[in-house]
Amino acid sequence: MLLQADSVTRLFGAKAAVDRVTFTLDRPAFLGIIGRSGAGKSTLLRVMNRMTDATSGRILFDGTDVLALTGPARRAWQSQCALIFQQFNLVPRLDVASNVLHGILNRRSTLATMFNIWPEGDILRALSILDRLGIAEQAPKRAEALSGGQQQRVAIARALMQDPKVILADEPIASLDPMNAQIVMDTLRRIHDEDGRTVIANLHTLDTARRYCDRVIGMRDGRVVFDGTPDQLTTGAARDIYGADASFSESATSTSINALPPDTAYAEAMVRA
Amino acid sequence: MVDIAFGPEPGKRPDPASASEVYLDMVRRKRMYGGILLVLFLALLASGWMLADQRNAGGFWNGLPQTPDFPAEVLSEAWANRANLPGLLWSYIPSLIETLNIAAVATLIGALMAAGLSLLATRGLARWPRLIPVFRRTMDALRAVPEIVIALVLIFVIGGGPVPAVIAIALHTGGALGKLFSEVAENADLKPVEGLSSVGATWGQKMWLGVIPQVAPNWVSYALLRLEINVRASAILGFVGEGGIGHDLKLAMQWGQGRYDEVVAIFLLLFLAIVAIDRVSDSYRHRLVKGTL
Repeated sequence: MLLQADSVTRLFGAKAAVDRVTFTLDRPAFLGIIGRSGAGKSTLLRVMNRMTDATSGRILFDGTDVLALTGPARRAWQSQCALIFQQFNLVPRLDVASNVLHGILNRRSTLATMFNIWPEGDILRALSILDRLGIAEQAPKRAEALSGGQQQRVAIARALMQDPKVILADEPIASLDPMNAQIVMDTLRRIHDEDGRTVIANLHTLDTARRYCDRVIGMRDGRVVFDGTPDQLTTGAARDIYGADASFSESATSTSINALPPDTAYAEAMVRA
Repeated sequence: MVDIAFGPEPGKRPDPASASEVYLDMVRRKRMYGGILLVLFLALLASGWMLADQRNAGGFWNGLPQTPDFPAEVLSEAWANRANLPGLLWSYIPSLIETLNIAAVATLIGALMAAGLSLLATRGLARWPRLIPVFRRTMDALRAVPEIVIALVLIFVIGGGPVPAVIAIALHTGGALGKLFSEVAENADLKPVEGLSSVGATWGQKMWLGVIPQVAPNWVSYALLRLEINVRASAILGFVGEGGIGHDLKLAMQWGQGRYDEVVAIFLLLFLAIVAIDRVSDSYRHRLVKGTL
């Protein structure tokens, strides 16, 4: 597996949302992309999935320039390169298993889809994926009836149904509580460890990036300003990425449960009362 | 903060006592504008009055007192023969069913056509965004031509009967519903569509799975409303030779005296049918929109 981004640029008007981004992944990895809002993280992922067209540049995947694909070839690439959204983007009125089955739409004809015909083998595979993610009992429920964390796991199940080589995750935990955020991140990490799939995730908290990623890319104003291992991501480097001054403290916005102070103070207050 | 808002000098701060004065001033001004508009409207009405009267062919004022004569004649004759009414009502049921069938089939075909056209003409969903104006104008054109004009042309070309009526009503329905469908689809949430797009789904798959489930309740609701309108349209088309209860009504009315009891029976039947459809579709639409179905 070889993923090579070469000077990928996307302009919105005169402003570059993604500015000559270049990086190489030569083996499956868990790659985190960090940066403040508007740094171009989402646009980069959408360009990679071909939801948004790049203005210039190339992304080579095993020697093929995926940015040059059109029509059916482009849709085939999209099925190889799953995208997970911050807002899940499931079909709310359809049941969970159907939403997972949507992962193989690229291989199904439109007519068969209209009559809701799915091969039994695929249905069983969808159910086993849901089982792997611990939400098998939710299969017949409507997607809108699930909690945010469960919906995100359905979205991951849909991505796994695609049997992709690359999974892109655009702020997968930004709208989840800390507990569900941890479940979702653990799941993504497990998919990388067990299946050997590449995961590229936009993250908005540094501690998440440190804990889960093998490699971190920092973006600022569309450009790559940091590319290294989590250990190299010092507070100084983080300040550069976020363009913050000395008052910046990552624990101020941390969503990790471990980052909270110990609960002895609360226990003492309770005992005294 | 106060200085920023009102300026540093005390003289520029608004006088609290004059605030009511300012408001009253505004009210008076609005009232004056309203008065001017009313005077203008009345002046236009009066100036057009004489022209409208001259353009009347038979003399509007002479004819006015005779207006109730015909209904009175019809009703009195029907009343005299009121014993016939139940039998007549029963005998016209088959024509009524034909009229209802024309309306139902036309609504179904028209709604399917509208669904396709509306998705192709909605910004953000269209298959070919550059062709949106083409599909919009197509719907405008379908909507602009009245059913009766299409029906008259079709009768001339392929003869009378229910099929031209269905085609005529379906074409008009396609244009009218397409516009409404497109407005509903415009408000559809695009997140599911994006999700399906990211897995490499085709346009048809995205529409069928991502948009149709969202818009279906509102679309069905509009289609039912259209069914009511189409029942009336289908009855009217009977007048120009498309069969159904409108044809019977025309025959009975042309016959003149002696068959007015039939006219009343047909009107009654049509009225009852429309009330029934209205009641059923009303409750069904209510349930659809409230989402309890």
